[in-house]
Amino acid sequence: MIYLTLFYEFFKTGLFSIGGGLATIPFLYDMAEKFTWFSKERMGDMIAISESTPGPIGVNMATYAGFHAAGILGGITATVGLVFPSVIVIILIYKMLDRFKNSAFRKHIFYGIRPAVTGMIAAAGLGMMKLSVVDWKTAVMFLILLFCTNKFKKHPAFYILLAGLAGGIFT
Amino acid sequence: MKEDIKELGQLFIIFAKIGGFTFGGGYAMLSLIQEEIVKRHGWATEEEVLDYYAIGQCTPGIIAVNTATFIGYKRKGIAGAAVATLGMIFPSLVIIMAISAFINNFLEIEIVGHIFNGIRVAVTVLIFNAVKDMYKKAVIDKVTLLFAVLSCAVSLWNGASPIMTVLFAAVIGALVKSRGGKRE
Repeated sequence: MIYLTLFYEFFKTGLFSIGGGLATIPFLYDMAEKFTWFSKERMGDMIAISESTPGPIGVNMATYAGFHAAGILGGITATVGLVFPSVIVIILIYKMLDRFKNSAFRKHIFYGIRPAVTGMIAAAGLGMMKLSVVDWKTAVMFLILLFCTNKFKKHPAFYILLAGLAGGIFT
Repeated sequence: MKEDIKELGQLFIIFAKIGGFTFGGGYAMLSLIQEEIVKRHGWATEEEVLDYYAIGQCTPGIIAVNTATFIGYKRKGIAGAAVATLGMIFPSLVIIMAISAFINNFLEIEIVGHIFNGIRVAVTVLIFNAVKDMYKKAVIDKVTLLFAVLSCAVSLWNGASPIMTVLFAAVIGALVKSRGGKRE
């Protein structure tokens, strides 16, 4: 039954792809070879659409692949299969962390992790900047948005919509 | 009971909102999480979100989804974890299936590309703002400043594996901290 196979394949993908949505790509290639759900050629489109629509990229790709394999139910099955293992793992980790809630050990470990993650995300921001600020128009937008987000504390979604609109009109 | 159901509903809606505005990978949702979860609802502290995010990097699955599961579980146990996770994936399900079913040439629509030129700029700004908030909580002395700079440099330089960076920082940080503690 295709739904069971889909669930199993995406469960495996969710369990073994560590470090973000793009880590699922090798697993999808593997599926393209093993099954007739979607072709390897289709994967370029799949990745591009997943990157340019809302939602985490890994989730988008699972929905896309599942939908092409077996329609709406396929999309749901693949996506739920993808997130299922991590829900279990995260709950187990939370329980473990809770046990060490006030221990010095936990504090010591996160003492170094927090700044490292901050640095990592700063690097991701710089990488994103290289892709997004590409000419004077986007540079002006960048400066205006930087100013406005810090001056007026509106919801981030508001600025995303605003910037999309500005992009549609000016770029 | 009624309160529980109400909060579960809230968890779903808020994570659906976050999922619906997560563009360009998990990093984009950080400022949304800070706004909704930390500032508006007070469901987790800035530090907790940072920790969840770090753990999400090193565990199986999608980082944004893992963060949702964490916060959902913290608020309402297993039901909360399930509801927050489903909320996070809900917009993807609807949007991706709608695009696959009705729009054949989504990528060739010209205006889509232009809109995304703009959205990418906003996402960049939001990432920097998220970093600013995180920095205040994470960089508390010279050692942590060094960690932040080094981690940023290493990630930029060769795109070092995030898992290795986190593990390395955990071990060195714990060593520094426990030795410093003894001296005090």
